[in-house]
Amino acid sequence: MRRYVIRRLAQAIGVLWAAYTLSFLILVLLPGDAVSAMTAGDTELDQAQIDELRHRYGYDDPLPVQYLDHLGRALQGDFGDSASTGRTVTATLGDALPQTLLLTGTGLALGVLAGGSLALLATYTGLRWLRQLLLSLPPLAVSMPVFWVALMLVEIFSFRAGWFPAFGNDGLRGLVLPAVALAIPTGAMIAQVLSKSLFIALDQAYVETARAKGAGRRHIHLRHVLRNASLPALTVVGLLAGQLMANSVVIETVFSRNGLGRVTASAVTAQDLPLVQGVVVFGAAIFVLVNLVVDLIYPLLDPRIVVASSKGAAAA
Amino acid sequence: MNELLVEDVARGAALGPAPELQPGPRTGVARFFLRRPGLVVSIVFVVLVALAAFWPGLFTNRDPLTGVPEDLFQAPSSAHWFGTDELGRDLFSRVVHGAHLSLKATLIAVAVAFVSGGLLGLLAGFVGGWLDDVLMRVIDVVLSIPALFLSLALVTALGYGTVKVAVAVGIASVASFARVMRAEVLRVRQSVFVEAARACGARWYSVLGRHVLPNALGPVLVLATLEFGLAILSVSSLSFLGYGAPPPAPEWGTLISGGRNYLANAWWLTALPGLTIVATVLATNRIARALDGEWVKQR
Repeated sequence: MRRYVIRRLAQAIGVLWAAYTLSFLILVLLPGDAVSAMTAGDTELDQAQIDELRHRYGYDDPLPVQYLDHLGRALQGDFGDSASTGRTVTATLGDALPQTLLLTGTGLALGVLAGGSLALLATYTGLRWLRQLLLSLPPLAVSMPVFWVALMLVEIFSFRAGWFPAFGNDGLRGLVLPAVALAIPTGAMIAQVLSKSLFIALDQAYVETARAKGAGRRHIHLRHVLRNASLPALTVVGLLAGQLMANSVVIETVFSRNGLGRVTASAVTAQDLPLVQGVVVFGAAIFVLVNLVVDLIYPLLDPRIVVASSKGAAAA
Repeated sequence: MNELLVEDVARGAALGPAPELQPGPRTGVARFFLRRPGLVVSIVFVVLVALAAFWPGLFTNRDPLTGVPEDLFQAPSSAHWFGTDELGRDLFSRVVHGAHLSLKATLIAVAVAFVSGGLLGLLAGFVGGWLDDVLMRVIDVVLSIPALFLSLALVTALGYGTVKVAVAVGIASVASFARVMRAEVLRVRQSVFVEAARACGARWYSVLGRHVLPNALGPVLVLATLEFGLAILSVSSLSFLGYGAPPPAPEWGTLISGGRNYLANAWWLTALPGLTIVATVLATNRIARALDGEWVKQR
């Protein structure tokens, strides 16, 4: 077990380092740097002043020097200063994080709840039409652009019905619509995976054994089948972490909420390279972290996984 | 995140063999389509969208850029199917003309992902060894960065515009293509006919071109059709955020973000372009599912 944990930790750190390097390469190797973006609209600066700025931010050093310099500071949690606001990237992201976590957390919880119950009901029901109706919902939901879903929710529930505010960060009522908009694609993915693995699990021999022993249908469904089928759904929750953050960028823009998404959108608009890099690395970090947690929960739910992975390690 | 992955994940952890598909009697093409009305509707719709992208004149003769000031904010009616916008421009005409930019961006995105991802996967799978290891590690890293963030980083570096957004979306999905292509190449490379071709003295490039590539391409093409739907969504998200075509040009995502300002009094400006996107994505996903199913049966 300890070897498994250490290996997964080492992998996660490696991926983070590589994500940092990759985003550095994308943003540095392509034409234009933070300084030329900062001074783009400014005609009063002459070349000497621009060079002076370049020198101050270290953009005139050779690339490997720049890279090691940046990496060294990133390891200490310093991602440089935002080129558009002048605040440190770490502080900007740190301020924006709680709102986004609240939104994505609520969205994920709603999505798991809705998607899970949809999948359970669709596999449990004996009514053919109900099953087909329920199973046709998730493919529909994943075909809808998130921002459009959000706008339609605003149109119906704030402009027509007037139940919830159309934008802003205030309180629980303001959280409902964005969280629902975020939960729809999330729940759809979970429902698709969970219903598929539930159907597969229902075909297994242990279901027949349990039935032969006289267990009730609901008991088999919840105790045997759901437990076995929930692992793939857990994997999907890990993979969905990235999608949730990406969708929150769009949804925070739609609802004019403060958060990571708004920071990202305005950083891209201002061509604020240090802040964009911070966001990319941060996004990768959350994704890696969530997947690490999922991988560490696995063995608790299914002891077979540790056995398999330590066998694999012994063979390698 | 796509349906192929859903399938893999669902099967992977079930720890049991996948249910066998009934081989069933061979049915004619006509019967195949008659039993799948949804598929037929999807194909017809995609053809219509493609026609609109190349010859918008077939569907509407109204100008998408000049409006009639007396007709502004008209609700959908027989004169204006999708209503009119804040300048009195016909929305149906704008959606039809918008198909050009949206489809162009989507095609570029899928082409970039397909060609570069396919080549990388082919290289990794066919050459193998340390090159395979290095490429696959890089791809794992790329997959760990949420696709939209990667696209946004690329947009920051490349700048705005339909083509640049398309390239950014395409590059962000190179990794998944490379993965599928590599897996298929590895599978095909081990098969007996490749060994036989090698034993007959075929050169590596003819083994690659005549035996490995044609047999490995199937799942990658299915992924490309699935990616088509995802790319429409990503491109429209980025142009909704304002990084796509500049305002007067009609583009599906831009149309929705424009209509957003009039959400309270003109619902059709957001709802109808959005429904067009939904219908297109649904149709391409349905076609992808049909291709996937047939391909599985063939194998």
